[in-house]
Amino acid sequence: MDILDLTAVELGRKIREHEIRVVEATEASLAQIEKLEPQLNCYVTVAKEQALKQAKEVQKRIDDKTLTGPLAGVPMAMKDNMCLEGLPTTCSSKILENFVPTYTAEAVKRLIGAGAVILGKTNMDEFAMGSTTETSAFGETKNPWNPAHVPGGSSGGSCAAVAANECFYALGSDTGGSIRQPSSFCGVTGIKPTYGTVSRYGLIAYGSSLDQIGPVARNVEDCAAVLETIASYDKKDSTSIRREDCDFTAALVDDVRGMRIGIVRDYLGEGLDDEVRDAVLAAARVLEEKGAVTEEFDLSLVEYAIPAYYVIASAEASSNLSRFDGIKYGYRTKEYEGLHHLYKKSRSEGFGKEVKRRIMLGSFVLSSGYYDAYYLKALRTKALIKQAFDKAFSRYDLILGPAAPSTAPRLGESLQDPLKMYLGDIYTIAVNLAGLPGMTVPCGRDSQGLPIGLQLIGDCFREKNLIRAAYAYECTRSYEMPDLAKQAREQEVR
Amino acid sequence: MGKQYETVIGLEVHVELATKTKIFCGCSTEFGGAPNTHTCPVCTGMPGSLPVLNKQVVEYALAVGLATNCKIHQYCKFDRKNYFYPDNPQNYQISQLYLPICHDGWVEIETAAGKKKIGIHEIHMEEDAGKLVHDEWEDCSLVDYNRSGVPLIEIVSEPDMRSADEVIAYLEKLRLIIQYLGASDCKLQEGSMRADVNLSVREVGAKEFGTRTEMKNLNSFKAIARAIEGERTRQIELLEDGRKVIQETRRWDDNKEASHAMRSKEDAQDYRYFPDPDLVPIWISDEWIARVKERQPELRSEKLARYQSEYQLPQYDAEILTGSKHLADIFEETVNLCRKPKEVSNWLMTDAMRLLKEHGKEPEDLSFSPENLAKLIRLVEENVINRTVARGVFEAVFAENVDPEKYVEEKGLRVVSDEGALRRVVEEILEKNPQSVTDYKAGKQKAMGFVVGQTMRAMKGKADPAVVNELVKELLER
Amino acid sequence: MANIISDETMEYVGILAKLELSLEEKEAARHDMERMLDYIDKLNELDTSGVEPMSHIFPVDNVFREDVVTNGDDRENILKNAPEQKDGAFKVPKTVE
Repeated sequence: MDILDLTAVELGRKIREHEIRVVEATEASLAQIEKLEPQLNCYVTVAKEQALKQAKEVQKRIDDKTLTGPLAGVPMAMKDNMCLEGLPTTCSSKILENFVPTYTAEAVKRLIGAGAVILGKTNMDEFAMGSTTETSAFGETKNPWNPAHVPGGSSGGSCAAVAANECFYALGSDTGGSIRQPSSFCGVTGIKPTYGTVSRYGLIAYGSSLDQIGPVARNVEDCAAVLETIASYDKKDSTSIRREDCDFTAALVDDVRGMRIGIVRDYLGEGLDDEVRDAVLAAARVLEEKGAVTEEFDLSLVEYAIPAYYVIASAEASSNLSRFDGIKYGYRTKEYEGLHHLYKKSRSEGFGKEVKRRIMLGSFVLSSGYYDAYYLKALRTKALIKQAFDKAFSRYDLILGPAAPSTAPRLGESLQDPLKMYLGDIYTIAVNLAGLPGMTVPCGRDSQGLPIGLQLIGDCFREKNLIRAAYAYECTRSYEMPDLAKQAREQEVR
Repeated sequence: MGKQYETVIGLEVHVELATKTKIFCGCSTEFGGAPNTHTCPVCTGMPGSLPVLNKQVVEYALAVGLATNCKIHQYCKFDRKNYFYPDNPQNYQISQLYLPICHDGWVEIETAAGKKKIGIHEIHMEEDAGKLVHDEWEDCSLVDYNRSGVPLIEIVSEPDMRSADEVIAYLEKLRLIIQYLGASDCKLQEGSMRADVNLSVREVGAKEFGTRTEMKNLNSFKAIARAIEGERTRQIELLEDGRKVIQETRRWDDNKEASHAMRSKEDAQDYRYFPDPDLVPIWISDEWIARVKERQPELRSEKLARYQSEYQLPQYDAEILTGSKHLADIFEETVNLCRKPKEVSNWLMTDAMRLLKEHGKEPEDLSFSPENLAKLIRLVEENVINRTVARGVFEAVFAENVDPEKYVEEKGLRVVSDEGALRRVVEEILEKNPQSVTDYKAGKQKAMGFVVGQTMRAMKGKADPAVVNELVKELLER
Repeated sequence: MANIISDETMEYVGILAKLELSLEEKEAARHDMERMLDYIDKLNELDTSGVEPMSHIFPVDNVFREDVVTNGDDRENILKNAPEQKDGAFKVPKTVE
């Protein structure tokens, strides 16, 4: 048996049964990291010493039975926009290169409380702005299925690390598809929960009204177990919601009989790659064969989600990112004349191109004379999109469609044309605007061997419908691992 | 014949609320403290930190709004006001623009010109900024975030005032109301109440308002009065010269008695307000409003009437005592301890007021405890000290809040009424002043006063005057 | 309709956002912003009259904290990441002339 073949929940069980030591599992992950990082660059920071120390401590608490949960001792990774006390938290930006928080994000605290071993912080698009992980100030992450391709983004580091066995599960964040799209490109499973389900305290904000933390893992069971651990009401986050139904693993039932599934016709038209369409429809048929009732329908307003999103997200980002000014923390330019020059130079040198572009756009749409035409218009559009979903969920238990129009593009292709890159988020963005839960599960590969993802969308607070359908679907398939990850495991550590 | 001008003034008054903690975090609002010792990730704008609203801030804002006849936006929200400055750690201030908690109210003021209603456009809640200290040695500035996130309400008046007198009367009215509600101590000098003056001039009879300027940095009633006069003159001079008033923010320098524009290319004054996505809306139910109304403490007019009926104080005394919430509090607490309203009123009205005036202070600055004033009154009543000595003791109470009982013992100020000891002193004085005896016997009553005075002086004021009088009379007539 | 962003507007937005773009960056940003705004103008096809702007997705309100001091002196941590500090405060260029 190879430790790295195990899912997070399987590993947790073997650790509890004393078949595997936490340190062994941590060392196995670290070895894989050491072998693959030169090629993939999934991590911004690998906390080797800290992880091994934590592993020993967790083992003690498992031995004396103070830690009994399913994830105790399982090594994981977190996206580098979540604060962890004592370890650099960079958002993959030069402006935060040397920022070491003195506090830990609430979601991460909950995992630490459940015995997680943190391997390190994963790479991302700078401040989560991007769909490829190429806007990182610390180099792009590569797709473990084919390193000439992007892993997607912005949680590209987390998804690639899970696919490459460089961790057993990871945390990502999703503002417009940043968990679901890279999960699709990397052939892993990811959930973006209902807005307010996971505390945002300690998550460095991009678009506060859209951001949610969620799990990325190898399968549905792992995702459900992680989500169950991180979901909780947090009085430090005013937008956090009290929920009584966070026992997500209870929905791991292989039964979709009678479940009403709507297939979004608007998502299957022009712009969608044929191979992706075929794979998604085939997945729908599998669910139908298992007793679900499927039907195509028109969601409407699909083409308005992206413009509304870019107004709202950029506006919020322009304000959220104004705190990075070289005064209290982060990068400060070396030479300047006076205060305003210090601001401008520090920010212009510290932020990358895409971030600056969105800050400019956001500042413009909020500026005097444009607020009504852009910002309020976008908020009204958001209300209409929410209504369209409400209508759909009066008829369906969940909605099914692709996670992205294509499989992972080649490195360097997307940044040439930002607008085209933005259009790649067309199937994921509306979910954030409406605060809904969404999930990606692998549903095949294209002719180049790149993974295709199936997206399931639920009504708010109905993650369990997603998990049940995804689990039933997954039961008909076996997990596929990229060759790169398999080969690395056979190599000796240099 | 020159043109006649009218001054049009509106005020933006910032009041620091008397909460124990900041508006969005659990840091103390206590004054003083070394730089940045009352701070946390939230009030220093650390990445990933999030605000949570202090309920007491809403309660206070609501109370002030109801006491100033405002309507309440029962559904209200916070917005972000975006601008870069180092005292503002997030580079946005959380404030209210679109739906402020209170709107369309008024207060009534009274000046020599009579009674008048001043409209209140709105009252909104917001967070205070940190403090910048300029370091001359290194030619840099230092930022202290202890005040960052202290809750404020901003009370925006209508442009209803026409003179400095009206402005001062309005500010005094607001201060009294807010102090009575316990929502703030409203100290101008310490900055817990700050007023920005919006001023324009127009020809008498004109319908349209002139272009206004906003004046900042006014930290006393005197400075406000001077700034109003200065700005009125400046604007009239501009207009008389055929030039225009520019809409701008000006900083008043009270030492130079002049203002200067605060404009720079980098201050675009385009604040890009939008609803803060990190905070949820506030819903103020009818029940909540009713609860706040019910809890509304006794306001000044009610107190004024009660002081006259319950304590039998003259109207004038009652007016002075209720003219400051702090003074009224000291009065009532002392009366509760010693049950001598007239006596307490006398000490406050005469000695306390005289000392305040001598020190250039206001009733808000009184720092002695009612317990100590009550003790002093008891010492006089029980004849442990006489009135002359008591006034000296009061000065010590006023200055350092000393315990009068201990003070009297330590300084040996007890009245001497031991007849034997006093008799010896009087006899000694008569021996030294035989003329007094002769004068007295010749019918000059004044001579007796002289001897009493000499005796009191010899006793350093500590003798019981009644006993001294009796003794002197007896010995002179001997 | 194609949006055109003037030099003045780019300069103005730079002041608001405290960003100083190089000439080349500015041209690229202008081009991208113009294209994005053209795309955003698509929203004008939608009739949103009578629709309330939705800033918060869930009707949650009145999330409060009690007025109780919970934080102590955390200065050491607060200053830990400061680029420059002096006497327990953040050091910045002089803010008044």
